[in-house]
This record gives sequence, C-alpha cells and structure tokens, in this order.
Amino acid sequence: MIETIEHIVEEHRFFAGMDAGFVRLVSGCAKNARFDPGRYLFHEGDGADWFYLLRNGRVAVELRDPARGAVTVQTLHEGELCGLSWLVPPYRWTYDARAIDLVRAIAVDAACLRRKSEADPRLGYEMMKRFMPPLVERLQAARMQMIDIYGAHD
Amino acid sequence: MAEAHSIIDAAGLEALLEALRGQGYSLIGPTVRDAAIVYDEIATLDDLPRGVGDEQDGGHYRLTRRNDEALFGYVVGPQSWKKLLHPPVLRLWSARREGDELRVEAEPDREEKFAFIGARSCELHAIAIQDRVFLGGAYVDSHYQARREQVFIVAVNCGVAGGACFCVSMDTGPKATMGFDLALTEIVASRFFLVEAGTEAGRALLDTLPHRAATIDEIANAEAILAGTAANMGRSLEAGDVRELLARNLDHPRWDDVAARCLACTNCTMVCPTCFCTSVEDASDLAGVESARSRRWDSCFTLDFSYIHGGSVRQSVKSRYRQWMTHKLSTWHDQFGSSGCVGCGRCIVWCPVGIDLTEEARAIRETDAQKGAT
Amino acid sequence: MTDAFSAASSADPLISPMIPRVARIVKRRREIADVVTLEIDGGAFDFAPGQFNMLTAFGVGEAAISVSGDPADSARLIHTIRAVGAVSRALTELHPGEPIGLRGPFGRGWPMQEAEGRDVIVVAGGLGLAPLRPALYRLFAEREKYGRIVLLFGARSPQDMLFRDELEQWRGRLDVEVEATVDHARGDWRGNVGVVTSLISRARFDPSRALAMLCGPEIMMRFVANAFLQMGVPPERVYLSMERNMKCAIGWCGHCQFGPVFICRDGPVFPYSQLRGLLAKKEI
Repeated sequence: MIETIEHIVEEHRFFAGMDAGFVRLVSGCAKNARFDPGRYLFHEGDGADWFYLLRNGRVAVELRDPARGAVTVQTLHEGELCGLSWLVPPYRWTYDARAIDLVRAIAVDAACLRRKSEADPRLGYEMMKRFMPPLVERLQAARMQMIDIYGAHD
Repeated sequence: MAEAHSIIDAAGLEALLEALRGQGYSLIGPTVRDAAIVYDEIATLDDLPRGVGDEQDGGHYRLTRRNDEALFGYVVGPQSWKKLLHPPVLRLWSARREGDELRVEAEPDREEKFAFIGARSCELHAIAIQDRVFLGGAYVDSHYQARREQVFIVAVNCGVAGGACFCVSMDTGPKATMGFDLALTEIVASRFFLVEAGTEAGRALLDTLPHRAATIDEIANAEAILAGTAANMGRSLEAGDVRELLARNLDHPRWDDVAARCLACTNCTMVCPTCFCTSVEDASDLAGVESARSRRWDSCFTLDFSYIHGGSVRQSVKSRYRQWMTHKLSTWHDQFGSSGCVGCGRCIVWCPVGIDLTEEARAIRETDAQKGAT
Repeated sequence: MTDAFSAASSADPLISPMIPRVARIVKRRREIADVVTLEIDGGAFDFAPGQFNMLTAFGVGEAAISVSGDPADSARLIHTIRAVGAVSRALTELHPGEPIGLRGPFGRGWPMQEAEGRDVIVVAGGLGLAPLRPALYRLFAEREKYGRIVLLFGARSPQDMLFRDELEQWRGRLDVEVEATVDHARGDWRGNVGVVTSLISRARFDPSRALAMLCGPEIMMRFVANAFLQMGVPPERVYLSMERNMKCAIGWCGHCQFGPVFICRDGPVFPYSQLRGLLAKKEI
C-alpha cells in the first residue's frame, strides 16, 4: 500500500496535532526521500533548499577539520528534524549531514514553505512554534558540549 | 554536706585548686599573656588576672585595670577551651614500612586530665555543642572523648558583660546552668564566692573545702549581679527565627556588602569555641619508610576548604562568609539540633575589620526578601 | 525506611574510624586515559551500592573513592579512580603487592529496595558510571525484582568511555535497554552523538512508576533531573550522587557540607527533592 504524502506528514511526530489545513499546505511542499548509508543529505555551504523530517534511520551532523577529518557533533534520530538553516538567510547549510543507516525522510521544499508562510502568517507562526524547540534544545546541548563537562578541569 | 548554695572565700578557692591538683588534674585557667586573657596552666590564685578588666568591641580588645581585686572581672579572651578538647594539631596515626610490610599505629591518647578553672556559661554551651559533633553521631571521636571525659569544670558566672557579648540572646548565659562540676559567682565587694555544685564529683569536692551555707541575702546579691550582667549585653541577636531568616535569604545583597569588608583571614573560625572543621595532612620521610597523618583546624574561609578536582566550590569571599554564618546560625540546627552560636562575641572582637554577625543578621532582617510574609 | 537511608556503617567502637587498615593491591587495570581500576585485598568486605571508601596512598594522602565492584562479591574490593590530583594520581600508580590504606565503607548509597517493582532508569556521565556499577550489578543479578531497566550513558568521546567492554555486553542483553552517547566522535563510531539528556526522551519507561539514579558532573545531573521532572517522575524518586571535598567521611571535618547536609554522612546519594532548593544556588 502506498501512503499519500499528506498522510505521512500528518503522522510524523514533528507535525503532531497540527491543523488539517496546515498539513495540506505543508504536504504540498513535501516529497519522500531516501538515502543509503554513507550518503550525504547535504553539505556545508550548499543552498538550504530542502530540509528533512526523519522517518527511519539516523543522520550524523558533521563538521570537517583538516587535522581531525569529520567530527560528529550530533546524531539525529527517527522523528527528528534535520536542517534549520532554511529558516534564516542566506539559507545555506553550515554542516554536513550524513546518513548513518538507511534513512527515509520527508523532504520539504524550503522555498515553497517559506513562500506559503509569508502568504499565511498563521502557518508561519505555526511553523515557528514547531521549529523553535529543537533549536533551543540544540543551543543548550551545544553549551554543555562547549564547557566539556566530562573533562578533567585542572 | 554542702548546701545548694555555699560560700567560700579566697582561701577556700585556693584549697579547691590544691585539692584538684592533688587528684591529678592539670589546672588550666585565665592568665594574662600578650596583653590578653589566655587560658594556660595555673598553680595558685596568684596566677589569675587579679584586678584586670577588659574592653571589647568590633575589632577591638584591650585589658584594663579595675579598681578592685576581682579575680574574674573580665569576660572571654581570644582562646576557648576548644584548644584543649579539640587541639589545633593532632597526630592521628603513623605508619612504618618494613620490607614488604606496612604497619599503622594509632596515636595513643593523652593521659593528662584537665581541670578548667573559670569556664563561662557560653563556653559550657560551646563544649556541649562540640560534644554533639564528636560524640553524638554514629561515630565517636576517641581523641575528643578521652580528653572530654577526664575534665573537671569549675565555671564562673559572669559578673560583667563584655562589649560584644550576646549570650542572653542565645540563651546561653550569663549564669551557668549546665555542664559544670562547680560554679562560682564572684562577690567582689565581699571577697568571697557563692558556689553551686553541678555534679556529685563537684559536691564531694566542695564538702572537703572550708565553706558555709549562703544566706538568702547573699544568694539574692549574687542573682542581682548576674541580672546586671544580663541587662548590659554589648550586643543582641534576634535568635528566634534567624535560622529561617538566613535560609531564605541566601541571595540577599547584604552578602556582597559583608564580602567587600571580609578579608577571609579565618580569625573568626579560629576564635570560635564551636567551629570544629579540620583538615588532614600526610607527611613522610624522604625514603618513604615512615609516614604520618595529622589533623589540624581548618577554616571554611580558605579557598582550599571546598576544593574538588577542577576548582573550589566557594570561589568568592561572599560565598565563604555566607557558608560560615548560615552554618553557625541556621544549618547547624539541621545538623546538630541547636544553634552553633553561643553569643560569646569572639568573632566580632577578633575580626580585624570588626564585622559583627549580629549586625549582619539585623541588616538581612531589615530587608528580608519575605518581610511581612505570613 | 529504605536501604538507602539505613546508614550501613561498619563502625567498630574499638577502632577509631580515622585509622586506615592496611590492604594490598591485587590487580591494576588501566581503563581509559588517567583512569585505573584497582582490586584490593583487605579481607571480606561488604558494602551497599553507592557507598565509598577513603583510600590512602601512604605518605601522600587520602581520597574518597566510590566502590565500583559487585556488592555480591565480598572477596574482591574494586575501585575505579581517575588521576586528577596528587592523591588520586598516587593511588592510580599503585601496583599489585603494594599496600593501600582503607577506611570505610561510608555513606548512604542507592535506594535499591525502593527501586524494586519500579522502572529503573540509570543515567551516568563520564566517570559517574563507576559509582553506579555496583547498583547495575545488583539490578542485573535480581532482574526479576524490577520493571524496565534502562541505562543511559554519556561520555566525552568514544575513547573516554568507561567500562566499554561491559557496556557492550550489557547492550547485548534482551532484558535491559542500554544507550550510550558521546559529546563528539570521529571515525568509526556508529553510536549516538549528543548530550545525555537527548537519550531520555527516546528511552522507554513509565515516568509514573520510574525511579532514576543519576551520577555524573553536577551540571549534567541538574539537567537530567529536570528532564525527568518534566516527564512526571516525582522528585522524591530522582536520586543523585553528590561530590564535595571530604577529609573525614563521617561528618567531623566539615568540608563536604552542602547547606544543611553533610555529603559524606547524609549522602552521597540524595533524592532530588531533598537538595532541590540548593542545587540551583551558586557556591553552596
């Protein structure tokens, strides 16, 4: 049985409880995506044209450094959001996103959703309320990582 | 058999000292040294500070000359009996390595037994507080216990109040009500002492001394003297709810204010008769054959005191003063069932910048975060 | 009364609690950089999970170290020590056959009895896994007494993961959920990357019947405790193990005070509800 994209969006944790009208608007910008293990969803510097809501599999958020190579700073899991840079100009990715396992995701056309949000600020506000919590959570996590809580501080 | 209240004169007091020495006690009492009242070994009444008074205030201490021959006409000096019961430095054990073997030997307890001559009521309360710390818990400090159990205490009720005294606020004086074998009230004008026995040992000893029963007038006179002392306290502290007051004001701006004055010199903790904190130090010879551990008084005012790997928990002087004062007046209740302050005023007098915890408590009370709350 | 609050002191009134007995190192194993596990032979040794000993490196000094071994095995006394100061470094440099001073066990440990019949969520950060390992051994040994068992472990990097072999072994059990995460990783690490709090939302347990045991950096425990409270775990059932300077381990030296409590005597394990007001304050 092939699920409709609308049903998939409606079922995704990220959009839980969202008004059916908004689900339709978002679904109009969405499609299914699939990445084999090791493939990159996107790379640092690329335009943030699509963002992803993970349905299966994990994604590694990587920063590259000449001496250390790729350093994973976060793993994203089923039900989570991959990609926030599409919200903020200049809409470019600031890290690499690599599929650790076989990843299935809802891919959302960022320009499409931005356009609809501009046209209907209620949708825009609804989107903001859903994108803010992971943003704040990541900021807090980055702070904890920054102070290196497990290190021997002497 | 001695009455509830007896009278002894100077000769009787001299006989008391002799009797105690005869029972093998080392006599420790007030003496004058380095322009201060210091508890030290005494032999006869002549070693006591006759005709000496004192002047005490925040950061201020002077001995004065009285116009009489009083033997106990001053209040407490910088030291307390703590130095004898809970010594500033105490070796706990030593270890010796012989080949593959290592033997640890506990430091033997001292045999010496002390008679404290002239302990004040606030000091008896301080001893009772330290008893709860070292003897009242799941573990017993055998070093403290060995010293404590041997002590004979001759208390003196305070005939004068010091400029920093507030025992009335803390309900710890000026009249000794517990923790003594004998208690004296010096009647300076009559050159005799009203005596009460607090223990069987005290009563038995008093029976051997030249004494007579006190008259009702003499008892009333002694009470009047002590009432005068109580009415002339140099300081006061509203102790009833200071525990809760401090507990709910840990972020009060006054802590910044006092921190700006506090030098974190540790004087208050060294002179305090109840402060019990210690640290341990290990030492060894260069060959690593012998090693030993000593315990020494420590102070919550040092940075090292709260050190855990990575740094000290109490970095700021503010947090260290707050720790000391809240411990003394507030959390001590949670830990040991009483206040940790006996109102002796030493921390006020021996603070080089005259910080006064009664004043700090008052300042916090005046701008209590929950003032007026029910 | 739970076992956590029946002070399991082995006080012998004839021996001063300040005098160490001499024991010997039997085995020494390097776990990760700076961290060593010592097996000590000091005769039969019984302790409750979460309790600690005062260990003396003769001539150097003494440090409080949690027991990290199996409470069911009283023949082998195990401590896991990180070299962070002069004393702990000297302890980690002791080799088999050498003497070590031992006082303890001290303190109140994990609430093993209270945990019975509940979902037990164990959250460890960094070296905090060591004081929790005796509780884990007990949980696994008496598996049938508990509901779900979840172990969430956070470390700085895969190279800094304590007891990694054992973690992998526990992960293989079908009756325990084990998740590990690191702050950052390189190369072939296929596990989670992120702070330990991120594991909590994905763990499967019933908050209303859960009991949590937390050990790690204080800041980590604060955030993890808050995450549990938000999920509806009552503060009385979120336990954490506190660390402060300790010189005596029995409430005499004053160093480990945390407001009204002595960490050594009243803890080191406390319910969050008991410390709540003070954990958020600075420099207590």
